[in-house]
Amino acid sequence: MNDYNFAYLDEQTKRMIRRAILKGLAVPGYQVPFASREMPMPYGWGTGGVQVSAATLTPEDTLKVIDQGADDTTNAVSIRKFFERTAGVATTEETEQASVIQTRHRIPEADLTEDQILVYQVPIPEPLRFLEPRETETRKMHSLEEYGLMHVKLYEDISQHGAIATSYAYPVMVQDRYVMDPSPIPKFDNPKMEMAAIQLFGAGREQRIYAVPPYTKVVSLDFEDYPFEASKADHPCDLCGAEDSYLDEVILDDAGNRMFVCSDTDYCRSRRAAGHVGRLGTEDAA
Amino acid sequence: MYVAVKGGERAIENAHAWLAEERRGDTSIAELSLEQIREQLSLAVNRVMAEGSLFDPDLAALAIKQARGDLIEAIFLIRAYRTTLPRFGATQPIETGDMACDRRISATFKDAPGGQVLGPTFDYTHRLLDFKLAADGEVPEAEMGTPRTEATPHITEFLKDEDIIQTEAASDETPGDLTREPLEFPATRPLRLQSLTRGDEGFILGMAYSTQRGYARNHAFVGELRIGKCPVEMEIPELGFAIEIGEIEVTECETVNQFKGSKTEPPQFTRGYGLVFGQSERKSIAMALVDRALRWKELGEDNLGAAAQDEEFVLSHSDNIQATGFLEHIKLPHYVDFQSELELVRKLRREAAELAETLAAREAAE
Repeated sequence: MNDYNFAYLDEQTKRMIRRAILKGLAVPGYQVPFASREMPMPYGWGTGGVQVSAATLTPEDTLKVIDQGADDTTNAVSIRKFFERTAGVATTEETEQASVIQTRHRIPEADLTEDQILVYQVPIPEPLRFLEPRETETRKMHSLEEYGLMHVKLYEDISQHGAIATSYAYPVMVQDRYVMDPSPIPKFDNPKMEMAAIQLFGAGREQRIYAVPPYTKVVSLDFEDYPFEASKADHPCDLCGAEDSYLDEVILDDAGNRMFVCSDTDYCRSRRAAGHVGRLGTEDAA
Repeated sequence: MYVAVKGGERAIENAHAWLAEERRGDTSIAELSLEQIREQLSLAVNRVMAEGSLFDPDLAALAIKQARGDLIEAIFLIRAYRTTLPRFGATQPIETGDMACDRRISATFKDAPGGQVLGPTFDYTHRLLDFKLAADGEVPEAEMGTPRTEATPHITEFLKDEDIIQTEAASDETPGDLTREPLEFPATRPLRLQSLTRGDEGFILGMAYSTQRGYARNHAFVGELRIGKCPVEMEIPELGFAIEIGEIEVTECETVNQFKGSKTEPPQFTRGYGLVFGQSERKSIAMALVDRALRWKELGEDNLGAAAQDEEFVLSHSDNIQATGFLEHIKLPHYVDFQSELELVRKLRREAAELAETLAAREAAE
């Protein structure tokens, strides 16, 4: 694929995307419209994240791509291969080794550092979309900081279910100004969003980029008497024994037996390498 | 012992190899050539060019072959290729009045200068399977007429002379570019038309049909439908004047719609406009109907709450590449989010069961 420019996109397009990224960083949580390009992978499969990564990568970068927390899910493999081919950058599965991490649906368990960039793939960037389908209306609501509708939704959840019935893509307030969709990460990941790394969000089909600069205040919406709660399956990881990581539930047999394993495969691998063993793990599993 | 599923990479490679084999099909049957697709499946080629927004019959034929005949997949291939192409500049607007028409019909006048020319149409064929085609495709040569040398004027021009049809405001403003600027609402008419002409034929057809059935009905007469080749001219900076760089085939449709008039406008006819690459008749008529429906605000008509009047609804959902990508992305793993939903539903059920128990106990005690 040498016929294509570094990281596929032409320099003009990258410049346009970088401008949107910088604007996003300057106005944390604000959705910046950008002229999203057709990418050689389908809309809805990470084209926004891919464009942001393409505009962010330099030849010296090391890229990690995860989907559902794992490096080996098919779409993560496909996107990693795309950048190996078009940018020739080094890739890694180790969180600490990566300078740019593109993710879908998870934030890595390990704390990210100031020299890392986390790029999220975003399907629907508008946190108010399912309350108000019209873009013309939701943009007005953001500019007027009119978020009553969202609070009513959360309140209705409580009156109906006794709890806020949102378990992923849980809305956050960024730096006391914009309500933002954190992309469909489980709400377990929300508290991690106050981090040292730069967080960039790309929505290709919806033509929006937004960002959270390092150490920005990110608060999950809640009520004083119904505080936000980051939840996960109430188990330790069956492979590495971690009690602090988000878990996938795996059905083992026809009898419905299950096991719980870290969704962050690199976190699990590094713990097992360090000698941690879970209920179903073995010493040499790493 | 559970071993994390590995091998996504090999699975993908194997899937691609299998796909290539399926694409070729039975190897004892001759392979399709691009020329065959271009010449014999030309309406498919036209659709791919129109919705792919790239006039290149050879590339469209390649895309159709590569996509195994899945036209939306072929359109996607063309779009992804198109976006990587450098831009040398913009051509002059084509003059459809100068079109060398293969087909030109009007439903509003029995005859008009330039005449009614049926051209290569399915319209009056009886839809009976032609088993002769299964045997051999030899066709006798069609009779040739004498091509017109003079230009064929637009039918609506005759109405314009009488001032009985709305005059479109002329503008020298450079229209926005849907492929270079993010679409924002409200959109201008040029952007709406760009979006409609590359929109999914089925979607635009359905929207247009809905207006005919009463959802924001505005009866449309096909004032004119013409198909043919138009020269494309481009100004070359070094020369300082425009030269012809080629020609493209387009289908143009102008509808004439009733308009009772409003507070600001006297009763007169209004127009809907459709212009599509290639011979794309259904699409251009549908486009004209939807264009007209979307003009309600500008003409001071009522918003009837119909889908076809709703610019944000129509333009946000007409692109089949966006739609199919997002629709099909739900095939991707979502188990992290599903897990969080599982936990939530389990918790809510637990709490509901506890509450029911407490209430039952209280009732028993009373």
